[in-house]
Amino acid sequence: MAAISKRLGALSVFSLLAGWAGTAGAEMALNFPEPAAGVAQEIYDIHMLTSAIATVLLVIIFAFVGYSLYYHRKSRGYRADQRFHETWFGQWSWIIVPILVLGIDLTIAGSAQKTLEKVWEVPKGEDLLDVKVIGHQWWWEYEYLDHSVEIDGKPKPVRVESRYLPEDQAGEDTAGYLRAVDNPLVLPVGKKVRFLHTSADVLHAFWVPELAVKKDAIPGYVTETWVDLTREGRFSGQCAELCGTWHSRMPIEVEVVAEAKFKAWMEGQKQTMLAAAAEAAMDKDWTMEELMEKGRANYNTKCASCHQINGKGLPPAFPALTGGAIVTGPIPAHLDIVLNGKAGTAMVAWNTLTDLELASIITYERNAWGNDTGDLVQPRDIKAARTLAVK
Amino acid sequence: MSTATIDLEHHGEHEHHGPPKGLKRWLFSTNHKDIGTMYLIFAFTMLFAGGLSAMAIRVELFLPGLQLLEPDLYNNLVTNHALIMIFGAVMPAAAGLANWMIPLMIGAPDMALPRLNNLSFWILPAAATMLILSFIVPFFPGGGTQINTGWTIYPPLSVQVGMSMDFLIFALHMLGISSVLASINIIVTIFNMRVPNMTMMRMPIFVWTWLVTAFLLILVIPVLAGGITMLLFDRHFGTSFFNAAGGGDPVLFQHLFWFFGHPEVYILILPSMGVLASVVPTFSRKPLFGYSSLVGAMIAIMIIGMVVWAHHQYTIGMSLGAVSYFMIGTIIISIPVGLMVFNYIATMWRGAMTFETPMLFAIGILLMFSFGGLTGIMLAVVPADMQYHDSMFVVAHFHYVLMPGAVFGLFAGVFYWLPKWTGHMYDEKLAKLFFWINVISFNITFFPQHFIGLAGMPRRIVDYHAMFTEFNVISSIGGIVFGLSHLLLLYIVIKTVRGGKQAENKAWEGAKGLEWELPSPPPFHSWTTPPKLAAS
Repeated sequence: MAAISKRLGALSVFSLLAGWAGTAGAEMALNFPEPAAGVAQEIYDIHMLTSAIATVLLVIIFAFVGYSLYYHRKSRGYRADQRFHETWFGQWSWIIVPILVLGIDLTIAGSAQKTLEKVWEVPKGEDLLDVKVIGHQWWWEYEYLDHSVEIDGKPKPVRVESRYLPEDQAGEDTAGYLRAVDNPLVLPVGKKVRFLHTSADVLHAFWVPELAVKKDAIPGYVTETWVDLTREGRFSGQCAELCGTWHSRMPIEVEVVAEAKFKAWMEGQKQTMLAAAAEAAMDKDWTMEELMEKGRANYNTKCASCHQINGKGLPPAFPALTGGAIVTGPIPAHLDIVLNGKAGTAMVAWNTLTDLELASIITYERNAWGNDTGDLVQPRDIKAARTLAVK
Repeated sequence: MSTATIDLEHHGEHEHHGPPKGLKRWLFSTNHKDIGTMYLIFAFTMLFAGGLSAMAIRVELFLPGLQLLEPDLYNNLVTNHALIMIFGAVMPAAAGLANWMIPLMIGAPDMALPRLNNLSFWILPAAATMLILSFIVPFFPGGGTQINTGWTIYPPLSVQVGMSMDFLIFALHMLGISSVLASINIIVTIFNMRVPNMTMMRMPIFVWTWLVTAFLLILVIPVLAGGITMLLFDRHFGTSFFNAAGGGDPVLFQHLFWFFGHPEVYILILPSMGVLASVVPTFSRKPLFGYSSLVGAMIAIMIIGMVVWAHHQYTIGMSLGAVSYFMIGTIIISIPVGLMVFNYIATMWRGAMTFETPMLFAIGILLMFSFGGLTGIMLAVVPADMQYHDSMFVVAHFHYVLMPGAVFGLFAGVFYWLPKWTGHMYDEKLAKLFFWINVISFNITFFPQHFIGLAGMPRRIVDYHAMFTEFNVISSIGGIVFGLSHLLLLYIVIKTVRGGKQAENKAWEGAKGLEWELPSPPPFHSWTTPPKLAAS
């Protein structure tokens, strides 16, 4: 919270006033951030146009009311014009006013329609980088559909899991409080990108103000947006559709980099994935120490946002795992709830994790925080449970 | 309102049968004024309940970080604030005004269906109990999770919530039944109980607004009831209306909800716009400008307002054709709404204005509601909404529409008719003080939210990035003053009920209408013989 306390220090009434004057307000944004994509620029422009029209109309309304308030008052001895509604204006205003308003409406709607046609639909027949954006409670998953590695003879898209980093874990070089993530979404500049949005559980919405396009992630739907990235930089956003407890902790970080850098990054991701897959495929008996170490890391990134680092959960929404009936009870029931989730709760099926990840997490849960069951779950146990689930 | 009670009883004694004494008078009441009073007291109580939740929200948002509230409690309060304000405060308050004023304005002795009237009120406290239970049940062991969905209760999130969601669904059903019954009563009263010679086109605009509102309620409340019943079935009876995995559609709920939810905005606003049609001519000492165009405008609002609901859901991935339609439809609403605002400004124009509290609120409404309406046009523009959607800009927008458009209109109505109801003039100095504190702190609260919304702060978040700090601090300070200022309103109302300068029959110099021909307060049975109304 260091950044916040520093901010609080600067937050006297005086500095607030100074902020208004613009001296301390460098960071205090009043409007959309500078667009980082062509579509965002279009959206920025239509926003500025409608704001300008609205401001002019507001000034006109205020001027008429203000004039009337000043001149047409009894205390000035003004005598009410009882026949005002019978003048030609009074007789015809019911049609004059709607025509004027219609004119303004058509001006706005006409420009808006032009912008809409430019930004709404994904360009057809062009080379776009497809990124599938999957919302989870409460993290983001990005799949680069055009880039894959071969694992077990099947192509797997390169995927990135992006999670909120608590401030004590976030380094100096991050987007700051509530905005830091472990893995950003890396995209190449100058490229058209198509986002395919969907959700694994409840509604979420992908929103990065610099890219402007916002779209809901709906389970069972795939919705799409696209951007043509125009400048490099790191852009922060967050989930914009209320998705439950930690809705405020679903940051998005987009890192737009040069094409060459993107290629290098992508190559690195592929190597990491292959290495992880090779490790997971090793047919060996893992020791308790190895599984506990891997389990702690996996649990802390994937499970701790609900069940907490200390395993105490946040009852009643997120049950405690310390001494919990499932994590200290029979292993099959534990495997079942992790693999298949629990309907009607925030506990989703975690069957997309590898056998090794699941084995390490389950072993960790059964032995951490004084659970001390001594149970060791091996990746092959997970594999067996999966085949059971298929049957 | 003990003194008022005695006063009314006193007048009642002149009639053949006075009101029953004690609790029975209220519990079994079939009297439109008593029921109207109960509606208003109920709404006032709920205003404070909803206000407390809003103030808790603003305190939490004062600074970044989690200070006061757990995230789920925060989300629960966000849900609770909206539902209490909409269904508990604004709608019952408007119904209270309708109950009190419609019979007085159309020269009727009472509402057409007095027992139904009693039922539609007494469902409310039961429904409010359910609503409050939905808030507090999770605090008990085994009470399940808190309602962290917002008032829109979108599935699948609302399917995850524990039993408190069932309390909420039940409460919404009861609130809906109450509204539909009240609407039936109002429509029947307006169609059948007008004095001879009061044609439809001679009715006060307030009566017209309630006629349109009542029709809207009957048209859209059943759609909400259907949607939440399907939700209940999804939760407990294994259906998959809104579950994609079972062949259902999560977006369907949003369509059902907003098919109700958007007309609901007009349900909240129209009665207050009707109050303006009484207040503005009175204090401008000049006839209402454009009576028939106002009637036309509100019917147009009702019709167009029912076919533009999906502008609340531009981000769900509709086709280009669909969003274009909803955009243009929404922008077109500015024509009848603009005509309404224009007519009120034209009523002030070349009038001889004085600025008693109801008029101050009326002017405040015209200015701030216009502002809210203009940001509404900005929001209707689909490409720009891709940025605004679900940001604090939306929060600022709808508070600028609903506080002036609905709540300030109700305040104006309360101050305007308080002398008629109680027989006492309210304390004008205190009331003006209330107006200024209220309106200024309202603007301090909500104006900065436009900027943090544009800069990228989403709505419904318990914690935010430090770049939004300054405006949130300002907003929270305004919010606390705004919330507390309503204690002054409570004091003024109690003071007026207990005493004050005797109000004349016609409490305001420029007032016109049948309600000002009865004594202040009116006799227990308002018009026992219909007043004479000259043929036009």
